[in-house]
Parts: sequence; C-alpha cells; structure tokens
Amino acid sequence: MRYALFLGCTIPARSRNYELSARHVAGKLGIELVDVEEFACCGFPIKASDRKASELMAAYNLSLAEKRGLDLLTLCSSCSSALTEAAHSLETGGALRGHVNDALARVGLHYQGRARVRHFARVLFEEVGAEKIAQYLERDLKGLKVAVHYGCHYLKPSEIYDRFDSVEIPETIETLVALTGAEVVDYPGKKLCCGGPVLPVDEKVAMAVAKEKLDNIVDAGADAMCLVCPFCSVMYDGNQKSIESEYQKSYRLPVLYLTQILGLAMGFDRKALGLNMNVVKTKELLAPFFGKGSA
Amino acid sequence: MTVSKIDLDQADAGFKKELMSQPGGEMISACFMCRTCVASCPISAVNDRFHPLRIIRMALYGLKHEVLRSEFIWLCSSCYACQERCPQGVSITEFMTLLKNLAVKEGHMPTGIRAQLDLVKGQGRIYPLDDFDNKKRGKVGLPPLPTSCDVVQKLFPAEVEDKGPSGRG
Repeated sequence: MRYALFLGCTIPARSRNYELSARHVAGKLGIELVDVEEFACCGFPIKASDRKASELMAAYNLSLAEKRGLDLLTLCSSCSSALTEAAHSLETGGALRGHVNDALARVGLHYQGRARVRHFARVLFEEVGAEKIAQYLERDLKGLKVAVHYGCHYLKPSEIYDRFDSVEIPETIETLVALTGAEVVDYPGKKLCCGGPVLPVDEKVAMAVAKEKLDNIVDAGADAMCLVCPFCSVMYDGNQKSIESEYQKSYRLPVLYLTQILGLAMGFDRKALGLNMNVVKTKELLAPFFGKGSA
Repeated sequence: MTVSKIDLDQADAGFKKELMSQPGGEMISACFMCRTCVASCPISAVNDRFHPLRIIRMALYGLKHEVLRSEFIWLCSSCYACQERCPQGVSITEFMTLLKNLAVKEGHMPTGIRAQLDLVKGQGRIYPLDDFDNKKRGKVGLPPLPTSCDVVQKLFPAEVEDKGPSGRG
C-alpha cells in the first residue's frame, strides 16, 4: 500500500504529534507514505472567500499526486473534504476543469482526475481492516475510557465520500478505538462540530461551541477524547485552557489523536507518538500503559 | 433574535435568480421553513445571531445588501449538519459559501478570513514554515519541508494586488 502523504498547513506547523504518530502507525502496518515537497494548502481555508481559488489549490495538489501515479492520504479532515470536493466538482464541471487546467498549465501540470483522496482513518478501516490491525496490537488499553469526536469533514458532505460511514450513526473510528481494548464512551452531541472554522470570525462563538462538547464528554465519564483532525485539536486541546478560564470550568481532558491511541496499543513509546507535544498533559492518564522508567 | 422591520422597497428582485443560477443556490426556493436546519445547527444552539432559515428567507425576499453586508453569514461553521438533513434538498452549507463569496466580491469579509486568503495566495499556506519549524521537525525525526512556495504567484497572477476595502474587523 503506497500513498502520497498530504499534510496540509496545520499539521506540519502545529500538530507534529499527529504527523509523528501517523507515520509510525503507517510504517508498522506496511503503508508506504511518500512525501511530496511541492504540496501546498488544500484550499479549505479560502473556500469561504474564494471558492474558485480554493478549487484551484485543491486541483494543484491533486495533479501533483496524479503525476506520480499516487493516491493521497490525508490526516486532516478539512484537507480531505476540500480535496475530495474539488475532485467531485471537477468530475462533473466541464467549465471548471477548463479554467483549472488553464491555470495549472502555467506551472506545468494537468489535472485528469486519476488520484483518489483518502483520510487515514478511512484507509485503516476500509483498506487495512480491523483484522490486520489487531495483529499488530501489543498493549491492551483496557481501563482507558475514550470519547470519539468524528468532526464534520471526515464524513460530510456525504455525497462526495460515497457514504463510507453513516453521517448520523458513524462507527468507523469507534471500531478502530475499540480494537485496542479501550472502552468507547458514547455521549450526547457526538456528531457536533468543534467550532473551529468560526475561530477567525468570532472566537467567543467558536469557544462556546467547543465548550458544549467538552461538557458532554466529561459528564459522560470519559477520560480522554479521540480526534482525527488537527483543526479540532486546536479547539479541544490547544484552546481547552482558554475555554476553562472563559467559563470557569476545569476539564483537564487529555485529547489524543486516533494514531496516538493505535500507536500506544502497538507498543510505541511516548516520544514516538509525540505525546509530550499534546497541550493537555497525558502522562498521568497513560502511566498505567507504560512500564516503569519509560519516558 | 429580534427581527428588525423588513423594508421590501429596498429588496433586489433579481437577487433570488442570481443566487439560484450558482452552485449552492439552485434549490433555495424549495425551502418550506421546517427549521430542521436551525435545530441541527451547532452555532444557532449557542448564538442567536446565526439562523440559517432566516438567512434563506432574507435571500429569497431579495434583501441582498442586508445579507451580503451582514456579519452573521460568516458565523456558519460549514459543518454540513443542516445540509445533510434538509428534507427539501437545499445545499444549505454550499449556499452559505455562495453568500460569503458574493460578500467578498462586494468588499466585505472579516479580517481573519482576509488574512487566510492573503496567506494562501501569497505564501501557499496558512501557517508558512520557517527554518525554526524545520529545526523543531528535525528534532523529533520529521523530514524538513520547503519554507517558500513560489507556485502560488503563478497560479494567482492577477490576484496579488489589493482588492479594495477589506471590510469589518
């Protein structure tokens, strides 16, 4: 299994723990990740202001992978949706395709629509499969109570993702977490947005949205949260302290990436999973799973 | 939410048609005001300034300037909860994107959105990387990434110049 690794903007700059753990998990499972230096922004952050430019950015990245005969593996849900959506529009929109290829010709590229886009969690669920992943798990995470946050763009809009998981009753990520022996905790509002896209517009509104979910998860008795998107991490991990002070609350809820949870079960150490880079401290929570004297 | 008096003399009768001819706007006249969008909206749940149904009605009435100059259209988080559930097939999230795009064309956009647009078109990333980032990446065993992206200047040649007033802060 070979993919072009599409990191986007947020991961290499702000979520190195996600990148690190994802690379280790992929390596363990024999998934080869190819780095493409020329990859740039997926286009998602500018869709609201300039949809055409956003689609051009996506098509640029897609055509780079296509040129190498590779599909794209994404870690960020927003990147997944921007790239998949553009591919979807370009498949049906003749005029858009002409416009995009005129622009791409200026940088020596051409879009044909051969590269597929897949989020890592989807690849793990659909292509690697639970059975194979289970063979690589060494550590039982029994006792860890995890609330999964699917986020929005991992699953939606559903028509561009061939409805690979249900939007209303999703199960892919929870199935993967359950493989590790951790207990998956259900909670009200599981499908709700993190509020992240509103952050550059109105910080208070974004924080209020994120707070709802933190409240629900803590009330449900989970001791950690599981994410598949660095944007969501900015809200729940990066901004958790600000939310706590804004609302005079104390959550101290560790926020882990799916790849950190799977990597933990695969036997990787704290350093390999970038756990020291998580903003909310994970040391106490995960101490039972690491032997004495481990980092 | 307090509803201010709507002055239909100010309405633009062609606005509905303009919207319905563009991606995201095709189905807006099918809205039968069931409020499933409002009930599904995580923003409406915490802030009454954002109300998708009301925005659709305002657009259908032709209240072009009130909608495009508003702050509230920018509160849509593009989470697709409404769009997935709309029984009438209105692409509500894409419709909000259409409104935001039109607002930008008229010179209205929040500073934060403007900043992201300038960063992507100017430097190819919303978080441009520098040598310090690569040092931090190297320290944990991650490969270095390019610190510049010249390709965007070629992709958006005419767009580097100023596009007029940047709107509200």
